[in-house]
Amino acid sequence: MHQTFSAALEMNLLHANQTGADHNRAHFDQWGITCLNIMSSPGAGKTVLLERTLTALQPELAIAVIEGDMTTELDAERLRRSGSPVLAINTGRACHLDAQMVAGSLHVLATQYQPQSFDLVLVENVGNLVCPAEFEVGEHAKVALLSLTEGEDKPLKYPIMFREADCVLLTKLDLAPHLDLDLNQVIANVRQVNAQATILPLSGKTGVGMDAWYDWVRSQVQANSAGASPCYSPHPKSLSQSGRGTSNSPSPGLGEGVGG
Amino acid sequence: MHEVDMTKALIQTLQDWWQAQPDMPEIRAVHLTIGQFTCVEPASLQFAFAAQTQDTELAGVALRIHETSLIAYCHSCQQEYRPAIGQQYACPTCHAPLDDIRSGRELKIDHIEYRQPASVARESSRPVSPS
Ligand SMILES: Nc1nc2c(ncn2[C@@H]2O[C@H](COP(=O)(O)OP(=O)(O)OP(=O)(O)O)[C@@H](O)[C@H]2O)c(=O)[nH]1
Ligand SMILES: [Mg+2]
Ligand SMILES: [Zn+2]
Ligand SMILES: [Zn+2]
Ligand SMILES: [Zn+2]
Repeated sequence: MHQTFSAALEMNLLHANQTGADHNRAHFDQWGITCLNIMSSPGAGKTVLLERTLTALQPELAIAVIEGDMTTELDAERLRRSGSPVLAINTGRACHLDAQMVAGSLHVLATQYQPQSFDLVLVENVGNLVCPAEFEVGEHAKVALLSLTEGEDKPLKYPIMFREADCVLLTKLDLAPHLDLDLNQVIANVRQVNAQATILPLSGKTGVGMDAWYDWVRSQVQANSAGASPCYSPHPKSLSQSGRGTSNSPSPGLGEGVGG
Repeated sequence: MHEVDMTKALIQTLQDWWQAQPDMPEIRAVHLTIGQFTCVEPASLQFAFAAQTQDTELAGVALRIHETSLIAYCHSCQQEYRPAIGQQYACPTCHAPLDDIRSGRELKIDHIEYRQPASVARESSRPVSPS
């Protein structure tokens, strides 16, 4: 005789990704790095924002970029001119970055660079307004870009990314005079889904509004380094095997694939 | 598109569960709760699940998706409301921004329905219907 049974799992569908993201974040914390996940629809201005940000903040912060927008190698090439390391992820046809992809970049960071020497990692996600916000990669904060050319209703039509964002950048502000658009309405629409986010209108082209963005980035780095626990290691066992991690040895344990 | 990846994770979870069972039960169905306020399209999930399980030991397992609608809670008005997705998320009474979400964000594997001989039924398992 057979019986039908029910086994409760009560598990999140994104559980594996979440575990991977927590692991990546533990590495960032161990190295004293703040990680920002930069998301938007295609062409909202992520790469232009990163180019300017690298130039402006490099004198005070050591920055690496994880470039996930791989429709072409062009974005990575543009950013490499800044002199910062740019770790390109070949996303193929993926519609978002996930924790495992970023773990691969962390492995490169750990083996080919001195990860402890960086303050900030900027991740350019795949251009897509829908799902990148659901897939954490190990970031400390999420930044969503909305270009003013996209129209004021985007936060209402694609609310999840704007709800999850800690900072919303309204880009291409220089074009505002040419657009039939009410900036206050855009801000009000973002506010409907997110009461807390910092909202900053700016232009990566002219540079107007960028100073407030740099200040926000600085505040994130400061908040993180104040709360960082440098003794914590995501790989306690391998750390004890190799003695105390010396300052320029690559992270022990990363070789096993950071996803696990 | 990401439904394909999510389905991979789902299948991995099912396989892990199955392998942890001592007597290789026959999985009949897997029940998910998917919120309306997520990036997941139930139809795409069904399609990806059917495609990825065909010709495997999970072929024929039913995927039962229970959708939940978006319900928000306004703290000032101390009441729940249903935002009009795509148009209006703020509280219709006091216009406070969308704050607490009571339902609609779920992406959950709830439970597995499986069959096995009654004699090996374990304490922790709950019989649903004898057959
Ligand atoms: N006028 C104006 N154009 C901008 C601004 N920022 C970016 N652009 C232009 O918008 C286009 C897309 O900019 P990118 O920075 O490549 O956008 P992206 O978000 O990185 O795009 P993908 O990586 O393809 O998703 C380019 O032609 C930029 O020159 C801005 O502030 N003002
Ligand atoms: Mg780009
Ligand atoms: Zn690791
Ligand atoms: Zn996706
Ligand atoms: Zn209210």
